[in-house]
Amino acid sequence: MGLLSDPVRRRALARLVLRLNAPLWSLPVAWLERTMRSVGLEVYTQSFSRKLPFPDETHERYMVSGINVYGILRAPRAASTESLVLTVPCGPDSTNSQAVGLLLALAAHFRGQIYWAKDIIFLVTEHDLLGTEAWLEAYHDVNVTGMQSSALQGRAGAIQVAVALELSSDVVTSLDVAVEGLNGQLPNLDLLNLFQTFCQKGGLLCTLQGRLQPQDWTSVDRPLQSVQTLLLMVLQQASGRPHGPHGLFLRYRVEALTLRGINSFRQYKYDLVAVGKALEGVFRKLNHLLERLHQSFFFYLLPALSRFVSIGLYMPAAGFLLLVLGLKALELWMQLHEAGVGPEEAGRTSGSSPPFPPTQSVGLASLVAPLLISQAVGLALYVLPVLGQHVAAQHFPVAEAEAVVLTLLAVYAAGLALPHNTHRVVSAQVPDRGWMALKLVALIYLALQLACITLTNFSLGFLLAATMVPAAALTKPSGPRPLCAALLVLTSPAAVLLGSLFLWRELQEAPLSLAEGWQLFLAALAQGVLEHHVYGALLFPLLALGLYPCWLLFWNVLFWE
Amino acid sequence: MAAAVPLFLLVLLLLGSGGWSQAEPPRDSLREELVITPLPSGDVAATFQFRTRWDLDLQREKGTDHYFLRYAVLPREVVCTENLTPWKKLLPCSSKAGLSVLLKADRLFHTSYHSQAVHIRPVCRNARCTSVSWELRQTLSVVFDAFVTGQGKKDWSLFRMFSRTLTEPCPLASESRVYVDITSYSQDNETLEVYPPPLATYQDVILGTRRTYAVYDLLDSAVINNSRSLNLQLKWKRPPESEAPPVPFLHAQRYVSGYGLQNGELSTLLYNTHPYRAFPVLLLDTVPWYLRLYVHTLTITSKGKENKPSYIHYQPAQDRLQPHLLEMLIQLPASSVTKVSIHFERALLKWTEYTPDPNHGFYVSPSVLSALVPSVVAAKPVDWDESPLFNTLFPVSDSSSHFVRLYTEPLLVNLPTPDFSMPYNVICLTCTVVAVCYGSFYNLLTRTFRIEEPRTGGLAKRLANLLRRARGVPPL
Repeated sequence: MGLLSDPVRRRALARLVLRLNAPLWSLPVAWLERTMRSVGLEVYTQSFSRKLPFPDETHERYMVSGINVYGILRAPRAASTESLVLTVPCGPDSTNSQAVGLLLALAAHFRGQIYWAKDIIFLVTEHDLLGTEAWLEAYHDVNVTGMQSSALQGRAGAIQVAVALELSSDVVTSLDVAVEGLNGQLPNLDLLNLFQTFCQKGGLLCTLQGRLQPQDWTSVDRPLQSVQTLLLMVLQQASGRPHGPHGLFLRYRVEALTLRGINSFRQYKYDLVAVGKALEGVFRKLNHLLERLHQSFFFYLLPALSRFVSIGLYMPAAGFLLLVLGLKALELWMQLHEAGVGPEEAGRTSGSSPPFPPTQSVGLASLVAPLLISQAVGLALYVLPVLGQHVAAQHFPVAEAEAVVLTLLAVYAAGLALPHNTHRVVSAQVPDRGWMALKLVALIYLALQLACITLTNFSLGFLLAATMVPAAALTKPSGPRPLCAALLVLTSPAAVLLGSLFLWRELQEAPLSLAEGWQLFLAALAQGVLEHHVYGALLFPLLALGLYPCWLLFWNVLFWE
Repeated sequence: MAAAVPLFLLVLLLLGSGGWSQAEPPRDSLREELVITPLPSGDVAATFQFRTRWDLDLQREKGTDHYFLRYAVLPREVVCTENLTPWKKLLPCSSKAGLSVLLKADRLFHTSYHSQAVHIRPVCRNARCTSVSWELRQTLSVVFDAFVTGQGKKDWSLFRMFSRTLTEPCPLASESRVYVDITSYSQDNETLEVYPPPLATYQDVILGTRRTYAVYDLLDSAVINNSRSLNLQLKWKRPPESEAPPVPFLHAQRYVSGYGLQNGELSTLLYNTHPYRAFPVLLLDTVPWYLRLYVHTLTITSKGKENKPSYIHYQPAQDRLQPHLLEMLIQLPASSVTKVSIHFERALLKWTEYTPDPNHGFYVSPSVLSALVPSVVAAKPVDWDESPLFNTLFPVSDSSSHFVRLYTEPLLVNLPTPDFSMPYNVICLTCTVVAVCYGSFYNLLTRTFRIEEPRTGGLAKRLANLLRRARGVPPL
């Protein structure tokens, strides 16, 4: 572990950092190439361009083009079958230049060592996640998101592990670990454990979700702290957005995490040597790996860095929630069965009567119209905002990004107002029959969807189940209708999103006012649509095409006449 | 740095190389040589060549039966000291004298590139090839890295490279020489200085470019006698700039594209960087059977257009018996990149067929490219026995091109792998127990038990019963 222990290397690092701190409007590609080559790497560049579906107002970009620079350290006498990646994303402002300096210093140190068994790729991407996505797609020679990029000249086999590094401030007082990836995917728990071990060894302060780890496990407020961290992780994972550049690697089965150096204004701070030592240790350990990381958990929740909740513990909770839907559906099915038998036959034993009288077919036919209408509204919600942005921007005094969000809200609200009076065809003698059949279908549909979501992204599934299941189970046309309607609206997907935003900021100890919350909500809607188109995040289509139509069915049940 | 080329121990048994050599070769003779090539990046490449020839009474049949031609490859094998030791034992002087004293494992494996080979082939002894002698050729190439081994310094000496110096030739060798590439890289004057100054130089066309070598003959007493040992030293007069190394005319890259554990695509990129000459390349691919190739998806594109190969030989795989064999002759247009891609599906293996480390992935052997690459300088046909060894492994048939054989990198492909941990074992065990129990219970429950009626038959029995009835005894 002789990294930067001698003053020459330390001075070189300081020079790099100074050079990089100069204002730069785009990546200094030529300089990076030259520097990487001079430390003995094989250097390649990749240019990419992407036109976003609509202007991204949060990051202020629309037509994006940039250049990624990467250098490959070839392992001696090995055949380039496996590699590790150290990536540093660079945004338009030079906030991450410290990390570039550290990357170059690490590259120079690693190059002089003989023990490498896997190639190491040092990757500097422009336009942070967009560049990472372009590089990953080109590396695996696929085109998932319509990115235009030049082909890669150099490759280094199958990537085993990637580590992304972001040092957002000049002063680093703690390292924050981000694990949540695209669509709620998580890296293997062993990678996190490995990093945590080196943090402890090097005396670095590690945080999770920007929160300090409880030092004293016996104190009173420990459970509270853990629950807060856990809730933050659940919200992050449920959002399905990559919580750092590592999130995009997970799709390609590359275990990855992001390390963020943050300044939390504590009195102890670390120089980059400590961070570099921890990274060197992590890379040496990963270099010795024979197999891919597979022994530990892929599904877990983290209340603290050193504690986790395994899938075996949390899955029953979601299972019991979904059981409610199943039982309710069973109850409806039995009621329907009795209603179908008819009043004169209901008194007799049900086993002797024919189970499906002719009225059954009318009941099923009447379900087609509400199902089709709600699915059509969902499709409109998915397609219209992006398709109609230019029309909306021409006819109304709004920008494209605003037009998308407002169309989204308009279609969403219009779905509630649609006349779902298609149930008139149902025969009058069994008036309950129609809504029961519809609710039965809706319950099964919801249960199936939630079960699928829970299996892949537990946080999202659980969040949706916890909010939607009670309302769905209670909905019926009789009873206090305004109360039920209010409950149903409060548990609709959009309201859940709004509520999660407030909860998230509350947990981060930065509470929102109502106006701020609304602004954040609009921004989150735009981000959700954008992330679907740019990175292939599945949250938006899932809500628009699956859960929203399903929720409309319950709305329909509530206003059944 | 030189592009990392796959390392594997390759044993080539060339059966059909008749008519290559015309003159009578000396018998049981050893020739050894060491070629040192300083690279402009500051690295230095060293190649050892040892050649032994002997006569054998075994006569070669006319022509070669290609039915017996075999090609095998072990892509997983990484060369290490246990490959070097038996390899050294094949040398007549072992590592006691001659050039082989430099073969110290700790230095040879402290390099950035290491390649070791053994070639055995029959060589004709006369023009009509009526008698054959056998040739054993051992080569070892290493590249010493300026960054790792050289610790940043770009000047080299034999001692710095091998931590040994040369003291005597191998007594059994008929020729023992060291060649140092002193071709100047810039136009004005020579950039490299060699000490001690060479007594002779040698010029030839190697791989299509003109090269100058300083020659040190160890059998020449003047070379070693002065100081009892020869420690060659290389000094750069002007340190070479660290810039991208010159690109060879033919190079290749291979990778797996796609993600997920169901499908994938094998892609091979063939680069022809020659500005105006196209040349054909023979591409040989062997792919294990557990990657099921879809041959209809084979696409070859150069410069955006489809490139139709002039010859394709495909032998489909048989599960657990033989791999896919795909051989193509492709014309590479001038200054172009040709992409050869084929889709595959990952097969699910039986659970006993997985390796002990299934999550490491499964290796796919490298493609082999054989090409006649255009030369910059026309070469004259070599005199087979007079020219140095490094020039005669592949004969020059055409003065305008030279033969190159390239191996691409091997690939590591992940197959769908069951979780071989404790739960998996428990499931397997439980299933076995349940299957055994279920089978026997099912058998018991569905079997109908009947009491076998005694057959009333048989002539003897009937006769006996008749007699018994006559005697008044109950029948059988």
